[in-house]
Amino acid sequence: MEQIDQIFVHLKHGVVAFLPEGLQPLVSILISVTAIVLVFPLLFALTTVLERKGLGRIQNRPGPNRVGLPRLPTLFPWLPKLRLAGFGQFAADGIKSLTKEDIVPREADRVVHFLAPFVLLVPVLLAFSVLPVGRNMAALDLRETGLLFFFAAGAATELSVFMAGWSSHNKYSLLGAMRAIAQMISYEIPLILSSLTVVMMAGSLSLVTIVERQSGVNFGFLHGWHVFTPWGFAGFWLFLIAACAEANRTPFDLPEAESELVAGYFTEYSGFKFALFFLGEYLGLFAISGLGITLFLGGWLSPFTFLNWMPSWFWFFFKLFLMIAFFIWLRGTLPRLRLDQLMNFAWKFLLPMTLINLVVAALWHFTNSWNPALRWLLGAILLTFSYWILGRGFEAKFRPRTYRYAS
Amino acid sequence: MSVATESPAPRNYEVVPKTSPEGSELDGELLEVAMGPQHPSTHGVFRMDVVLDGETVVKLKPVFGYLHRNHEKIAENTSYLGSMPYTDRLDYFCSLTNNWAYALAVEKLAGLQVPERAEFIRVITAELTRLQNHTSVCGFLLQDMGALGTPLMYAFREREKILDLFESLTGARMMCNYMRFGGCRCDLPPGWLDRVRKIVGDFPQFLDSYEALLNTNEILLARTQGVGRLPRELAISAGVTGPMLRACGVDYDIRKVDHYGIYDRFEFRIPLGEQGDVYDRYMIRLLEIRESLKILQQALKEVPGGPIIDPKAKLRSFRPKVGEAYGRIEGPKGELGFYLISDGSPNPYRYRVRPPSLINLTILEDMCLGQSVADAVVTLGSVDIVLGEVDR
Repeated sequence: MEQIDQIFVHLKHGVVAFLPEGLQPLVSILISVTAIVLVFPLLFALTTVLERKGLGRIQNRPGPNRVGLPRLPTLFPWLPKLRLAGFGQFAADGIKSLTKEDIVPREADRVVHFLAPFVLLVPVLLAFSVLPVGRNMAALDLRETGLLFFFAAGAATELSVFMAGWSSHNKYSLLGAMRAIAQMISYEIPLILSSLTVVMMAGSLSLVTIVERQSGVNFGFLHGWHVFTPWGFAGFWLFLIAACAEANRTPFDLPEAESELVAGYFTEYSGFKFALFFLGEYLGLFAISGLGITLFLGGWLSPFTFLNWMPSWFWFFFKLFLMIAFFIWLRGTLPRLRLDQLMNFAWKFLLPMTLINLVVAALWHFTNSWNPALRWLLGAILLTFSYWILGRGFEAKFRPRTYRYAS
Repeated sequence: MSVATESPAPRNYEVVPKTSPEGSELDGELLEVAMGPQHPSTHGVFRMDVVLDGETVVKLKPVFGYLHRNHEKIAENTSYLGSMPYTDRLDYFCSLTNNWAYALAVEKLAGLQVPERAEFIRVITAELTRLQNHTSVCGFLLQDMGALGTPLMYAFREREKILDLFESLTGARMMCNYMRFGGCRCDLPPGWLDRVRKIVGDFPQFLDSYEALLNTNEILLARTQGVGRLPRELAISAGVTGPMLRACGVDYDIRKVDHYGIYDRFEFRIPLGEQGDVYDRYMIRLLEIRESLKILQQALKEVPGGPIIDPKAKLRSFRPKVGEAYGRIEGPKGELGFYLISDGSPNPYRYRVRPPSLINLTILEDMCLGQSVADAVVTLGSVDIVLGEVDR
């Protein structure tokens, strides 16, 4: 079992060991980069099909279920017809977007228009380098700055969004870009503040260390994930909401609001550049979900100690799929907020909640010697009370109405 | 209807470019966006020319006519019966009510009597039409709000069942062409009423789950309440009808006012809104579905036998006597009326449609000014337009 857990690490070391001394660091880096560049886009391909199928299920329709392997009867007459339940769809989509005409508007700023999708993709891929996807499986373990690096790389995507919106010379794009900037900057703050609790408790910015700190055991079988503490629980949901907004997912998909702004900042993109935006968006979603898993859901740790025999990377990707499923579920269920409501929510609810959560985390830290039940109760009461106080304003404003009938 | 009928204050249509007090050039310009005719949520080839200050709508000009197809002039050059199939294409969501309104106008003109059985069939088909129109509109509204199809798909599932009924009755799912002057085209197929009974019986269950999903959703409440408010006086003076008018609290339903057909035999209530905002329009439609179900249940109990068309009605060489008539019904979108002048020839001398969608759309700017683009889209969705009828 230990072997399976570390199979990828051993593979890499095995390959590297064959090479001369001088090449080894370079090849080691290259292998890690290749792994990230291969695995996550493949995951993206799988997710697009899964998302469409999942949405289809939610919406009472089949979703893609036709495209399988192409049969090519002249070349391989013996090959049976494989439909693969529609999982060949991503290949068809990829070929389609590659062969489509790439239209650049006449008035567009061509250079910036061309650069924008790459400026989105590169930082997102960079962010993956610090994520530990399994035991000893972080491409880059930045001991002092891991989390900071992640957020810095993540914040760079905002540049791309505005580049796309501005260079397209389209009013929808511009409106979408303005919305995106406002939204991303507002939600970055609760995102970082809710992660800060974890940094406070773990005492480290290194994502690897943060995962290791969660390996304690509660009640003899439950791992000590941060989400099992009051501040961690609240922090996880706050993080999830902010992550939803960062990744432009429903109900915070205003920058690309289809019914209002056609496609928001990438209205004027077609062909493969559009596909790159699409890829970047999904990779961003994976990265931020991966961070949420690392910070609150114990990273690659199994939930129960008796499941420790399963490989660590399995647990990371299993949790990642659960998070993605959650986002798909949200997308199939909720309408979209309006910009001012989105801002109100960020500044009047999320921000105070994250600040209070910081206080609760500090209390948790300093009441280490208390009875665990008492500690739990204190944290839970503080958070529920502030949730109730802060959420009251929203509830009172909008209520279902009763209607009268004409006599 | 006792409402103060003071005319609303005249509005200044001039857009004054916004400048800062000092008049510096740094201050924001207004942004003019032509939303449509190619836009995902203008419900067809409709254009909203919006002038935006940031995201706020400063001016909005509805532009229609992209789907104009000379409906009225063509009808004046065809026989009376010849334009019956063409009325299907007005509001292509609700062809049966269009048929009925036109048939009603011609029956008034020619003095035809509709047999009892045909009246029942007309009520049943019209209420089924209202059912499918209102459920779909609520789905489309949610789609405009960003709910990505889920409510719409479920609304379409129910609509599909009703369209199947129409298909087995009339031979077409949407372009039914079913009513004739003085009755209906063909009798009910065997077992049809039982199928209607089953669908009508199952419908409340669907509505309950639909409302459970949506009506208390905080985002829906936040997006619709206080949005696109239409003042009562303006609604009346602009001639707005249908669920939009009733959402403003005006008790005006032609089924109750005119008692056309046999609507006076059924018991149903008219739900009224208070604020006239998008939420009220949405809820009024859902409540009207429940009332339509009541009508259907009553009508299905007592469908009599007998002929389905007035034996005096002539299909060929139909020449009504000289005169004029206005027939109107409460369509799903509002008052749908046909005004006909006959000069004794086989063609109408004048043929005029009163399209509820168009008239309800004229006050779009008043509902959207000062609100954001997102609200304008939702407000347009709540008006319930079909471009086939707006442009004709």
